This record gives sequence, structure tokens and C-alpha cells, in this order.
Amino acid sequence: MPPDEGGRGTAPMPVMAFRHDRPMVLIQRVGQRDLIRSACPVALSLGLTPGMVAAHARALVSDLDVRDADPAGDEAWLDRLALHGVTHWTPIASVSGGDGLWLDLSGTTHLFGGEDRFCRRLLRFLQRLGFTARVAIAGTPGAAHALARYGGRDILVLGSGTEATALAELPVAALRLEAAALTAAARFGLERVADLVRLPRGPMAKRLGLNAVTRLDQALGHVAEPITAVVPFEAPDVSRRLLEPIGTPESITQVISDLVDDLIDVLRQRGLGVRTALLVADRVDGEAQRIGIGASRATRDAKHLKRMFGLKLDRIEPGLGIEAMHLTVPHSEPLGASTAGSLIKSDAAATDLAPAIDQLVGRAGEDAVFRVAPNESDVPERAIRRAGPLDEPGCWPRWKRPVRMLRRPEHLTHVVALLPDHPPRRFTWRGQAYRVTAGDGPERIHGEWWRTDTELWAVRDYFRVEVESGERFWLFRRGDGVEPETGDLSWYIHGMFG
Amino acid sequence: MSAQPSSLDRPCADQLAALRAKLAQAQSQRGPVLAFGIEALDNRLGAGGVDGAGLHEITAASPTLGDDAAATLFVAGLAARFATAPGANVAWALTRFDLYAPGLEQAGLPAAKLLYLQGKNETMALALAEDSLRDGSFSAVVAEVKVADQTATRRLQLAAADGRTPMLLLRRWARSNRDPLERPSAAMTRWRIGCAPSVPLPAPGVGRACWSVELVRQRNGNPFSLMVEACDDTGCLALPAPARHRAAAAVRAASQAA
Repeated sequence: MPPDEGGRGTAPMPVMAFRHDRPMVLIQRVGQRDLIRSACPVALSLGLTPGMVAAHARALVSDLDVRDADPAGDEAWLDRLALHGVTHWTPIASVSGGDGLWLDLSGTTHLFGGEDRFCRRLLRFLQRLGFTARVAIAGTPGAAHALARYGGRDILVLGSGTEATALAELPVAALRLEAAALTAAARFGLERVADLVRLPRGPMAKRLGLNAVTRLDQALGHVAEPITAVVPFEAPDVSRRLLEPIGTPESITQVISDLVDDLIDVLRQRGLGVRTALLVADRVDGEAQRIGIGASRATRDAKHLKRMFGLKLDRIEPGLGIEAMHLTVPHSEPLGASTAGSLIKSDAAATDLAPAIDQLVGRAGEDAVFRVAPNESDVPERAIRRAGPLDEPGCWPRWKRPVRMLRRPEHLTHVVALLPDHPPRRFTWRGQAYRVTAGDGPERIHGEWWRTDTELWAVRDYFRVEVESGERFWLFRRGDGVEPETGDLSWYIHGMFG
Repeated sequence: MSAQPSSLDRPCADQLAALRAKLAQAQSQRGPVLAFGIEALDNRLGAGGVDGAGLHEITAASPTLGDDAAATLFVAGLAARFATAPGANVAWALTRFDLYAPGLEQAGLPAAKLLYLQGKNETMALALAEDSLRDGSFSAVVAEVKVADQTATRRLQLAAADGRTPMLLLRRWARSNRDPLERPSAAMTRWRIGCAPSVPLPAPGVGRACWSVELVRQRNGNPFSLMVEACDDTGCLALPAPARHRAAAAVRAASQAA
């Protein structure tokens, strides 16, 4: 999701450095073949055209830079440009096809110093972003579309009422006809737009389809073609200006409560829920105090939001007083209506932990609240990983495991054990001697050879032992006791059973 | 003449009613009681089990890591039995993460039911535990700390009563010569759990562990101590078989170990 639509984070603007010494083409897989989707000017001058098979192009030009096309990325860029146009140039703008933008410039170009200057400015802006572009201004969207693509000039401003003459010499393809209509036109020898203008309407509709007539009329201005404008996303935003500066916690809480109530109304109308909310308090001396809250799941619960702000209330320093407060939602998510609590309470329904988690995260920080989930590894210290508090982790295999683990396995000394697969009889750990009364094992765990070379042959034999006092430990021996390369037969303690 | 006894009676009846109301209120503040399912244990507990809206302190009998693990498992088993409902959650507040989740799962607390809260220091861990208690959406709250003074335990006890959530405070040994339970606290019960030698199996192997469970202090009851078998994979404790049935016990342990 682009950032203007409430998405999270902004992708940095890529600065494309074109190196014109080496031809480059973008390829796309169509069926069984890689076809060239677009080619750079150098490649075009070498005779590589869009639609050519990539293997053919590689054979023709040895030093060819071939990259994969990214249609989704292109589309995202066009969307962002359209949004930029809506917010900066004109209220009505939209994406046109896969490679263009429509800007309705009626009554806006004087803000930029006239149409010519606006076009130059637009080109410079796109050049800074790394795009080459052509601009055409015409009285109808169809004519502008045709002239921008087939006009042959970077900037083309058409006087009003001259669409017919300007379009006359352009090829028929400029009229946005469908492929079938284009083929039919080629068969009838209709090459220029002027040929179509001269044709009687009835036979033309019969031969090229009614759509072609509409397109021609749209280009010439006989039929209206409104532009469906992109509507930019505006972050939900509420403000309260205060008659007198406030400074007491009670009054600040009251204003926050009012703001949240206002915000909930806005959110309900737009079907959104809060993920992040930012409260800005403008002080009399011009300083702005900010507190932000985050929700682990989109929420529209006024009580919950007020409580989360209440937890951070002490971070506001009112100073000489606060004269205005604003509440914005930088990150929101769609949240539909939820059913009111049904009359029949079901016991099976799990309680929703999200509010509790938000509160705990607000107190201790993002990393403090977590679950532990299974990780696919047999090595005990790698079998666990941290997961988000709202995840639903699975289960581990039912091998006996200790309840507490040492951070690192600790070395045991004075171990007396029968090789290869008996638990030790006695051992010394942290200066204390233990005598084993019972033991279970071994549980053999092999090293993960795909991680490091040292684990290629490594083996750990784990034993569960009970010592005289009743304490139970999880010990292991490096090596299987037979093959010397599996380990040096040293003993370690790794965890404690209860 | 006849009015005098009645005038004496009436305040008595009023006082009785007031006392009854007070008692009923105190009873209603108490949460659901969770019995151990072991008569020898439940009969000696004042409430007939573990109070579901109170603070319970558990510590290891000695500053060894083995006893510490036994106390941890005792707490995990209790929490698991409080959270038997599907979708129930247990909050576990700590400062240093050295628990091993697969081991807790084998005491009845699967990963999906356990939410860890890691505080930077013990004050933060206790605050997190108190927040979770007051929230009331957890089935049980566990906190492991080394130091908790009278004020902290009083706060936790009040929060547990407010949120009607059991609070299990695992007191870990800070120093080897300083018993965590030597200072008084506001807890409903205080337990001391230690490892005990288990019943040897007829074949080589390790059977079900044994613990010495000592109730150091409880409200409405006397202290006692008992030997029990460690909690199984649903968190339930068991009594070891009496001496004359030792052979039977060994057979049972063998079947469990197998």
C-alpha cells in the first residue's frame, strides 16, 4: 500500500542512473518465451524493439543488459504519481493506461505560470525522479492521449478547437482502438485518423465497431469523457482549540477524551480502525508536545484508546498551558462494523487479549511482550524462537525437556560413566560432587551440518539423570563414544527438570 | 419486662446479620477455589484448595537450581490447571528469560496459552503482573522475582482480588543464606517446594519425580508438609503410594515412564 493511503513506511525514491554506454532491455515471460517489454534508447537504436524474443536480442547484441520487467512496480509508481498530481497540481488526475497520467488542468495552470511553464516544470520534476516523459495539452482527453504518445514532441500545447487538424496525420492506433478494430482498419486501408474522419458514420461503425466511433468522437470532443479522479487518502484527524490554556491533568484528560470521541465518529463513518494514533498538544509558547500510542490490532474502542493515552499522560509537559490539541491517525486499517455482544454469552468464546497486550506494551515496550513458538530444529537451544503476542504457536515434539535451561551448557568435571551409552555414575558441577541414582538416555541429537562445518559430524548424547537429593538434570556428552570425530567425550549440563 | 429481652435480642440479631453480610461479602471477594484433587492436601487447606483471587507465594526449598526448577514446575502446573479452558491465557512476568517453553508445555502450559512479559527490572515485572491482574482477561498470572516486600505483595493481593485472577508469585533465591520467605507478606498461602528422591524403578530409568511440598503459612489454616509426586502433563499432582504398596507404585511409575 502506498504511504499516501495510510500504508506503513515510505519507500525511498529510487534515483535511476542511466548508463547510456550499455544497451538495456526489460524482459517479460509470455507463454514459453521471454519477450522484450521495453528497451532503452541505445537498445532501440541497435534495432531491438519491444516484442522481440529475448534470446534473439541476446544473439544480436552481445553486451546486452537484460533485466526482468516489474509491471506491479510500474503500476505502483504510476499510482503514486497520480496521487502526487492530485495533491500538488490539480484536483482531478488519474492513471491512463499502463504508461500515462491524465491531469485535468482546467483553471490550474495559472498557479504555475501558464501552460508552458507548467509543462517544463512537470518534465523537470519527472527527470529528477529518473523518468523521461512527454506532455501534451489538448481540449479533450482523447486528443491529449494521442498527441502525448504520437505527437513526436516533448511538450505539445494544442490550441482549443484544433483537435481535428492536429490529429489528422496521426496513425489510427493513437485513438485507443481495440486490437480487432486496428486489424480491421489495416485491412480496409485506413491508416490515418483523417481517413476515419472522412468515413460515413454508419459503415464505419459496421466495420470497426461502435467503440471506434465513440473513441473518435471522444478525441474530437463530440462526446464527453470525464476523468475519474484519484481520491487521495487523508489520515483521520480531529482537533480542539481551547478557549483558555489548560495545564491540569484532569482538564487534559477531559480534552483527550473529547478528542477520542470525535475521532471515533470519524473512524466509524469511514470504516477504519486505529493502529497508531498521535496526539499533539500545542503549548502557548509554540512548543508541540507529542505522545503516540500503538494498538496490536485495529481498534475503535474509545475506552481502550483513552486508557492507553492515560498511561502516557505524564509525558505531556503543559508548561504555561496548552491551547490546542490535535489527534491524528498516521496508521489505520479497515475495520468493519462488529456485532454488538449477543444476548447469549458463549463460554467457549476466548477473551480478546489485544487491549491487555496494548496496555502491557505501552508500559514496558514493544519487545517486552512476546510468546515463544516452536522452531524447526532438534538442537534444543534452536528449537524455540520469539513470536508476536497475538500469534498462535504450535506444539513441540513430546520428548522430555527440562523446564529451565542454562544460558550456555556448563562443563562437568570428574565424570564417571560407562561408554558408549550409559548415564554418568557421578559428576562434579560448580564445585559440588553429585552421585547419580537413576538415569535415562541417551537421546542422540546430531549437529546441523548445513549450518557450519564444525557441526558436520557433531553428536550430542543427552541423558536425564536423578541425583541422590532428588534433583534432576539434563546432561549431555559430546560425541557418540565410538567415532572420535563426533566429539571429544566431554560432559556438560544443559538444564534442570523439576 | 418483656421488652427488655427483645431489645437485647434485636441488636444481637442485627449484629449477626451484619456479620453474616460481612462474611458473605468476604466470601464473594474470594474467587473460585481450585482443589488439588488430593484429599490429604485439600483437607488441610483453609479454603479447600487454592484461592482463585488471591496471592500465593512459592519458593524453592533450597537455593539449588534443581529445587528452583521444581518450584517452577509446581507453579506451571497450578497455572495450567487454572487455564484449562480453551483459549485461556497465562501471563508470566520475569526479568531474565531462562525458561524452556517445551518443558513448560509438558507441565500443561502449551505455548499458545503462555504470554511472557519481560521487565527490565523486578519493579517493572511486578508492575506488569499487576496490570495483567487488574485487566482480568488472564486465567492466571505468574511473576518470578527475587525481592517483593510487604507493599508489593499487598498491592498484588489487592489487584488479584480486584481482577479475580490468581496471582502466583515465584520467589527465587537472591542469596544462598537468605530465605525468600523469611519476611512477612500479604499472601494467602506460602509454599516451599523441594526435590525428593523418587521411587526407584524396577528397571533402569527415571520415574515420576517426587517433591516435598511444605505449606509455610496460610490464612485460616495451619502449616503442613507433604510428599507428592510431581505434576504430570496436565499439571496434576499425585500422592506416592504408601510404603506397603511400593511395588504397585513402582509398576505404575514404570508404566508412566515407558
